[in-house]
Amino acid sequence: MTEAVTDTPAFPMARGGCPFDLPPALVDRMHSEPISRVKIWDGSTPWLLTRYGDVRAILADPRASVNTEMPGFPNLSRGNAARAHIRAFINMDDPEHAAQRRLLTSDFMVKKMEAMRPRIQEIVNQLIDEMLAGPRPVDLVEAFALPLPSMVISELLGIPYADRDFFHKMSRLMVSRTATGTEAIDAAEQLTAYVAELAESKIAAPGDDLLSRLALEQLHTGRMTRDQVGGMGRLLILAGHESTANMIALSTAALLEHPDQLAIIRESDDPKVIASSVEELLRYLTILHIGIRRIALEDIEIAGQLIRRGEGIVLALDAANRQDMAFPDPNTLDVTRDARHHVAFGHGIHVCLGQPLARVELQVVYRTLFRRIPTLTLAKPVEQLNFKNDMFVYGLYELPVTW
Amino acid sequence: MKVLLDQTKCVSSGQCVLAAPAVFDQRDEDGIAVLLVANPDAELHEEVREAARICPALAIAVQEP
Repeated sequence: MTEAVTDTPAFPMARGGCPFDLPPALVDRMHSEPISRVKIWDGSTPWLLTRYGDVRAILADPRASVNTEMPGFPNLSRGNAARAHIRAFINMDDPEHAAQRRLLTSDFMVKKMEAMRPRIQEIVNQLIDEMLAGPRPVDLVEAFALPLPSMVISELLGIPYADRDFFHKMSRLMVSRTATGTEAIDAAEQLTAYVAELAESKIAAPGDDLLSRLALEQLHTGRMTRDQVGGMGRLLILAGHESTANMIALSTAALLEHPDQLAIIRESDDPKVIASSVEELLRYLTILHIGIRRIALEDIEIAGQLIRRGEGIVLALDAANRQDMAFPDPNTLDVTRDARHHVAFGHGIHVCLGQPLARVELQVVYRTLFRRIPTLTLAKPVEQLNFKNDMFVYGLYELPVTW
Repeated sequence: MKVLLDQTKCVSSGQCVLAAPAVFDQRDEDGIAVLLVANPDAELHEEVREAARICPALAIAVQEP
């Protein structure tokens, strides 16, 4: 294996036998060269950072930009690069980013998300009722994992849940690593136009929802353009359902493969145990599994390595969350550990805006699903499941379960 | 223990509220953190240290004698 040391390894790296383990080549990078160059889809060779401390440091560093339009930015895929000019605030630096993000921060406050808990519980109960009344086996993705966050984000934003097939399809094209440039641009534009049109219609007939508020306060007053409101809504729809749906399905599969851990969750009445289980599963699974991306605006020295201005940076959140310095015995799923300092939601000014919502959704799921269906089991061996290796967000295409 | 909160750095992630709800809150208009208690009792110290450690904006500092 001496050749591997001198060759620039391709990134993302392929997973090995266990779908919950890091790719072996990524583990090799972590141990042999935690900051090193990798080759991505377009042949460019950005820096790959794998250590918890280094990843956190770059995420907190204003010299590392998220501007996907800058030449040399290490975009995730061909499709992603093609739509790099269609930027939401997650692809903008401050002060532009802060100005837009701040319009939404009150909507995702911890207490507002807590206030949604009873409604989220109601949806979870209803979906489980329907599953129990239906045939077995059932695809948990279709019957539960995808509908829950889709309904929640639809209600919060004020978009008709009846349009779900459309926004699911557009979102899938936006997070696909194999979508063409045309497909990715078309999906982003269609979703933007859909939200913009809806926002316009809400000016005359506002509801008690986020999009109505943006329509009245930002669009109607001319503070934001149609395109900006559309872009913001596009981001909220995508981030609001895609990642949570994948996290629900993937963590259910992981727990079914770790029955001792599942038993701790099922048998606990303590909200703290449920909350810590959510943090540990977020850490262990880190579904943003092909690195989040930055570009250096200036020379940055990190752990003795110089990253030059204009060079791309790939931050392996999944590797950082498996570093033993930060998480002892990192490859063990232990729902009782303190994992709250994980970087599954990122870190720094771009940390996930919707994380308080995701946490409440996952907590309600873990509290309810395994109690209502205590004999829940995989209907297919885990080796035969279809994992989302070709997506930016890791997860499962289907999760056939029975009870 | 003395807790210092820099609201100009805060990104409204609410992590501190989850870690130490007796010490931090979020203001209604924009979710920016507010300090409820600047000198928390000893039984809250560990929670406050955790809040400072996990704050994504590094907006919380803790001074310990």
